[in-house]
Amino acid sequence: MAKKIDQAQVRKVAKLSRLELTEAEVEEFTGQLRAILDYVEKMNELDTTNVEPLAHCLPLSNVFRQDRVKESLGTEKTLGNAPQRDGEFFKVPKILDDSSGA
Amino acid sequence: MSELQHKVIVGLEIHVQLCTKSKMFCGCAAEFGAEPNSRVCPVCLGMPGVLPVMNKQAFEYAVLVGLALNCRIAAFTKWDRKSYYYPDLPKNYQISQYDLPLSTNGYIEIPLESGRTKKVRITRAHLEEDAGKNLHTAGDFSQVDLNRTGTPLLEIVTEPDMSSGAEVRALAAELQRMVRFLGVSEADMQKGHMRFEPNINLVITKDGRQYKTPIVEIKNLNSFRALERSVDYEEQRQLDEFLETGEVMEMGNKTTRGWDDEREVTVLQREKEEAHDYRYFPEPDLVPVELTDAWLEEIRGRLCELPIKKQIRFVEQYKLSDYDAGVLTADRSTAEFFDEVVKAGGDPKRACNWVTQDGLRLAKERGCRVDELGISPQQVAELTNMIVMGDVSATAATAISDIMVTSPDLSARRIAEEHNLIQKSDADELEAIVDQVIAANPNAVEDVTSGGKKSKKARGFLLGQVMQKTRGQANPKVVSEILAKKLG
Repeated sequence: MAKKIDQAQVRKVAKLSRLELTEAEVEEFTGQLRAILDYVEKMNELDTTNVEPLAHCLPLSNVFRQDRVKESLGTEKTLGNAPQRDGEFFKVPKILDDSSGA
Repeated sequence: MSELQHKVIVGLEIHVQLCTKSKMFCGCAAEFGAEPNSRVCPVCLGMPGVLPVMNKQAFEYAVLVGLALNCRIAAFTKWDRKSYYYPDLPKNYQISQYDLPLSTNGYIEIPLESGRTKKVRITRAHLEEDAGKNLHTAGDFSQVDLNRTGTPLLEIVTEPDMSSGAEVRALAAELQRMVRFLGVSEADMQKGHMRFEPNINLVITKDGRQYKTPIVEIKNLNSFRALERSVDYEEQRQLDEFLETGEVMEMGNKTTRGWDDEREVTVLQREKEEAHDYRYFPEPDLVPVELTDAWLEEIRGRLCELPIKKQIRFVEQYKLSDYDAGVLTADRSTAEFFDEVVKAGGDPKRACNWVTQDGLRLAKERGCRVDELGISPQQVAELTNMIVMGDVSATAATAISDIMVTSPDLSARRIAEEHNLIQKSDADELEAIVDQVIAANPNAVEDVTSGGKKSKKARGFLLGQVMQKTRGQANPKVVSEILAKKLG
């Protein structure tokens, strides 16, 4: 039996997801998430001794495309839905302590 | 005085951009320097309802590098989402590989100063997508360019097997040479095609006890120079810090530092505590890849002789210096052209000189590769042998090369003959000229034979006279020998 989800975990996940929750919401979501996980827990009742782990729910593999260039949207269309732009760039709130990058 | 010894230990994470034409999961062009946000589509933008589709070329390139790194290639590999919260990857996750990477457990052989090599173990190499670029302007906002978003990246992780900044640099340079040989990356530092993140700490032995300093990761280095210097800097900084604080490695005290290129120091980066909580989970939008033996063998067939192997072979087989072999193998087409010249019967040492001097000079002047000059390996082989036989001087050979590049149909010998560049090495013929010169210059002969201070200069003068009489076509080596025989 996995550990029951508690309010501290909900707060942590919310923080990681950049979500600001009220106390009432923390309580509400803790209950909801606990109910979901309890439901998923039911699957542990199955005997999976001889079942291979599943990497994907579709019985498919090797779906590829050829390395061909297709037309992109172009700068104007790309920025079309942007709330704010600065010339050819998206304009976003200043990034502090930037640790971006792959 | 307490006894103190230390050793620096470095592991490296390297990101290499693969040179596919299109991005990893969509058909946008993967090109550098285009108008900002012009190579972008709904997949790059992370719009709801879009589906990424894997670029086959990117996958095969990654497998090829895995093979070159002597890795175990997974028959089954899958994709995962890694949480990411910067606007240069707008879907808020990066598609990467977590528990089933496509290659693991390999090694790379790197050249060391002394001509020896060292094996550095490779932990894993996996494919992932690159982020775009955040630009920080003077104002109170940032700019985002998504052109690079979704470009295929190979992340290579080594074991902590390196023990100096120079070794780390050697590995980076070897990897650059390798991916260029394989044709899977331009590996152009200026364009950010290779980025490095070393993990560094020290093992310190003090008064017979061993201590390990906390691990430091340096982020996003994009030049060999910064890589080497940051490791060297960190080595000294960690030693100083240990002596001051005595802090040792423990769970959770790893820190991240940035490299200040101006001041040449590393700077502590404030990181949010939860920054490494990536919460990976399987990517439902992409199906796994099953690599059959036949497919793997087909990819293996695209491997070439790797640069380090070529370099070692050139030293052993052709007796070149390690330095010369290194210059030749900096680039695949140059190395292969040289090899062709030798296979066509050219003298290896002369062929090396020709390729690295005349060949590379002409190539640079014309902005092309050595094998694109229009000069065939056979022509060069003939030329090198003419130098060995003393038929042409080194100076004449350069002149012949300059003509060859504009008259690619002519053989080296024909050019030499037509332009009177054949060197006179016939001893009988030259002896007659030497006799004339000796007869005409009794004072100089006197200076040589008396063996005084003026001897050397006078000998040079006589040689010069012979060269003048033959319009520079006498083989100076043969003339010197005749002079020595006659005058002692």
